[in-house]
Amino acid sequence: MNYLRGAFKPACNISITFTDGKNRKQVPVKKDNGQMVMNPLFQSQETIAGKVCIEPYQGKKVEHNGVKVELLGQIEMYFDRGNFYDFTSLVRELDVPGEIYEKKTYPFEFSTVEMPYETYNGVNVRLRYVLKVTVTRGYAGSIVEYQDFVVRNYSPLPPINNSIKMEVGIEDCLHIEFEYNKSKYHLKDVILGKVYFLLVRIKIKNMDLEIRRRESTGAGANTHVETETLAKFELMDGAPVRGESIPVRLFLTPYDLTPTHKNINNKFSVKYYLNLVLVDEEDRRYFKQQEITLYRLKEETS
Amino acid sequence: MRRLGGGVEDEEKWLAEGIAGIQHNAFFMHRALDANNLREVLKYSALMLSELRTSKLSPQRYYDLYMRAFDQLRQLEIFFKDESRHGLPVVDLYELVQHAGNILPRMYLLCTVGSVYIKSKQAPSKDVLKDLVEMCRGVQHPIRGLFLRSYLAQVSRDKLPEIGSDYEGDANTVMDAVEFVLQNFTEMNKLWVRIQHQGPGTVRERQEKERNELRDLVGKNLHVLGQIEGVDLDMYKETVLPRILEQVVNGKDELAQYYLMECIIQVFPDEYHLQTLETLLAACTQLMPTVDTKIVLTQLMDRLSNYAASSPDVLHEFLQVEAFAKLNNAIGKVIDTQLEMPIVGAMTLFVSLLTFALRVHPDRLDYVDQVLGACVVKLSSVPKLEDARAMKQVVALLSAPLEKYNDIVTALTLSNYPRVMDHLDDGTNKVMAMLIIQSIMKNNSCISTADKVEVLFELIKGLIKDLDGNATEELDEEDFQEEQNSVARLINMLDNEEPEEMIKIIYVVRKHIMTGGTRRLPFTIPPLVFSALRLVRQLESQSGDITGEDVQATPRRIFQILNQTIEVLSSVPRPELALRLYLQCAEAASDCDLEPVAYEFFTQAFILYEEEIADSKAQVTAIHLIVGTLQRINVFGVENRDTLTHKATGYSARLLKKPDQCRAVYACSHLFWVDDDDLDGIKDGERALLCLRRALRIANAAQQMANATRGSSGPVTLFVEILNKYIYFYEKGNPHITPSDIQSLIELINTEMQSDNNNGNTRRTHSDPFFTSTLRYIRFQKQKGGLIGDKYDLIKL
Repeated sequence: MNYLRGAFKPACNISITFTDGKNRKQVPVKKDNGQMVMNPLFQSQETIAGKVCIEPYQGKKVEHNGVKVELLGQIEMYFDRGNFYDFTSLVRELDVPGEIYEKKTYPFEFSTVEMPYETYNGVNVRLRYVLKVTVTRGYAGSIVEYQDFVVRNYSPLPPINNSIKMEVGIEDCLHIEFEYNKSKYHLKDVILGKVYFLLVRIKIKNMDLEIRRRESTGAGANTHVETETLAKFELMDGAPVRGESIPVRLFLTPYDLTPTHKNINNKFSVKYYLNLVLVDEEDRRYFKQQEITLYRLKEETS
Repeated sequence: MRRLGGGVEDEEKWLAEGIAGIQHNAFFMHRALDANNLREVLKYSALMLSELRTSKLSPQRYYDLYMRAFDQLRQLEIFFKDESRHGLPVVDLYELVQHAGNILPRMYLLCTVGSVYIKSKQAPSKDVLKDLVEMCRGVQHPIRGLFLRSYLAQVSRDKLPEIGSDYEGDANTVMDAVEFVLQNFTEMNKLWVRIQHQGPGTVRERQEKERNELRDLVGKNLHVLGQIEGVDLDMYKETVLPRILEQVVNGKDELAQYYLMECIIQVFPDEYHLQTLETLLAACTQLMPTVDTKIVLTQLMDRLSNYAASSPDVLHEFLQVEAFAKLNNAIGKVIDTQLEMPIVGAMTLFVSLLTFALRVHPDRLDYVDQVLGACVVKLSSVPKLEDARAMKQVVALLSAPLEKYNDIVTALTLSNYPRVMDHLDDGTNKVMAMLIIQSIMKNNSCISTADKVEVLFELIKGLIKDLDGNATEELDEEDFQEEQNSVARLINMLDNEEPEEMIKIIYVVRKHIMTGGTRRLPFTIPPLVFSALRLVRQLESQSGDITGEDVQATPRRIFQILNQTIEVLSSVPRPELALRLYLQCAEAASDCDLEPVAYEFFTQAFILYEEEIADSKAQVTAIHLIVGTLQRINVFGVENRDTLTHKATGYSARLLKKPDQCRAVYACSHLFWVDDDDLDGIKDGERALLCLRRALRIANAAQQMANATRGSSGPVTLFVEILNKYIYFYEKGNPHITPSDIQSLIELINTEMQSDNNNGNTRRTHSDPFFTSTLRYIRFQKQKGGLIGDKYDLIKL
């Protein structure tokens, strides 16, 4: 048995470690199988350096045609399974062809890597960054090891950030005026505003504020649009009368949001909307959707 | 949101489910609390509070549910307070609870954390309060909103930045506290009023009932406002009251307006009401027409009256703000504008206003009259008053001045007083008249001018005469007597030292009571007669004072009137009464030395006796009265006296029953022997003796008659009585009575008694003790000796 297992087992153990792995911030990422793992966090223009350690199993030697490490930025469409588009691809050759008898460590470094897009896990699309170590072998197939890492990019405060203000209604039925204090929110922001009832002739049961994410993938005729409701937040319970003004205060922290992504590598876009929904006693829904821009604000390092 | 007519059973079921839900989640919440697991605590507390999102329960049951959750929230608050248990600064906690997706649980949690936040003093309490009261707007469902806000009111109650509290500081003023409570009140009032606009008309009644159950939640805010330390008059005047009234008036809701006005009046100090009277009253006139403004105003006036009564120091404030004028105005307006207000309402208002005027301005009779005047105007505008409750109010209205002034005299000066009384129905009029009389009695007030008497009798005319149209009405005899006795007592209260005025009074009274008809006269004439006689005696005692030509008050003149007055009685017919009065007059005339007058009265008495008094018992009484009176009168000359005594004796001897004859005759003996110190008194011993002998004869005859008819001679009482007369005259020195007369009489009695016993009549006669004690008296006098004792020595026993 021992012998058999030995035959199919890779001949060596490859591990990838980052130089500042111990101090670097780790963020949870959901894997394909649903498990959460912690991955190190980087941002664009950072130098990604570390070590690759190859350790043959006891009493084995590894013959190879070279060892390399690649830094890949990939976009994966789920409906087009297995098809990766690499928008970034950097390679470092670590070793010339030869044999490895004992544990061998290769330092590597990708300096000031341009990583314009953020890691993203969507419904139909995934954008990921990965380090890929390949021990090339001729006959037995290459030995490959991956190490994911997460990229997040921070935006400055937008110079212009107007409030969203709107009057909508159905004639002789319902007229409301609502206002959100900004059109661009960072991910830890809080949406403030109010809904002012100018005319109420229907029996309203409640009013919710929803955060919806619209993910569109592909282009042209192949565009897939997927909309998810990420937050459903009750603003009002019961029927208001004319003249009531209902406050809006929605903290974004508890929701799993990403920045707005516009046309990432011509492959996909992610947009966010605030949807104000009024439900009447017959469960009819009256709603008005407004796009908001989400961005990631540099967190205060504490 | 709309309850589809779910029955009580369904509701019970839903309530049970709700309670179960709360308990279930509370269990997990407690586990999380024990484990200090904040996430779980928030999760389960939110789930627990979600039970309050139900729309199926009536307010009563919802309250039940709410209280369950409320108890749990106390536990939660303790947890939130202890940062070491959950590890979050309270400010973060304040944000964290706002992540809850449903608004109702979110707001309950926020209020709970908010109270902790204020307590921690990490933020100015006014900011937190403002935030909470603002965020609560999200709950627009009336019942849920009301309960949520009442929760807010409750948890914040001890954290208001009022004066003297921990939370008052540079940034937090009492104004913030007021602002907060006012805002919460405003919102709650809106929610509360809104209930009526929901649901179809068919459930309106139930809705009203439910709303009524919820009203205290709203009113609680006003109570809090009333209790906030540091709300001074200016603040109340400038901010608090106008804001509340704005809500009340703009709510345009009957139930709310009524309740809230009531609250305002109850919770704020009297002093404030007084100073803001104008505002408050202005608001009253702006209420919905269906609101029972009168109760509101009544309460206000009652409070102010009590306030005024509480201390004399505050009275000047009332004057300063012209409270009466303002109230009077407001009431006038309310009555004018609310046309459909029942008359009883208007009357209630007048009563309150009057009470107010009496308490606050006891010296301003014109105010009282003004109120009564307004009342007359109102009463005149409606047809005959028939509502019993309104009538009661009018009685109250009229009684108030009586009670206050304890003096009818004051009321008599109120020109509108009788005009108000005119509007009462006869029955009530009588009740009122009785009250007036009772008041006079109680306070012993004396009405001393003819004018006032005139007014007074005008007031009580319901008792004095039959009012038109209802003479046939059956009256309760006892009530009638009670009434007339009261009138009689009243007549005695009319008095004036000045004979001139007094005679006028008597004229007035006479004028009125003469209209009273046959049933009343027997009650009313006697007091009038005695009143007049009192005047006569007074005149007599100060005789000589009266001079002048046209003087009315002479005894002679009075007697003339009396004669006429009493004459009426004999035709009523109450001859016995008339006879007594004649005799009284005769005696008085005698005292005045008016022999002809006295004689005339006696003549009248005798005529009555002859013509009108047929009943033998009445005759006996009458004779004794005549004899008694005649005996005392000393004005008559020999001739007149002879005539009268002769008549009297004659009548005595003609009585029907022998014993009556006997007694009358021996009584007549006194007519001939008047024992007084006056030397020229009548001392006709012989005729006295004749009377006694005659009496003895009659007694004898009576005895024999009894023997003949019943076989027993009957009592010796008559003899003993005659014996006593003998002894009396003997003692008084009548020379015609001799010891032997007495002695033989004693023997006669002894024989009679023996024979009586011999006849086997063992019945102990009651004359026995009488006789024995008579004998004992004689023995006693003998023993005592002295002048009288010597006389008795001659009698042998």
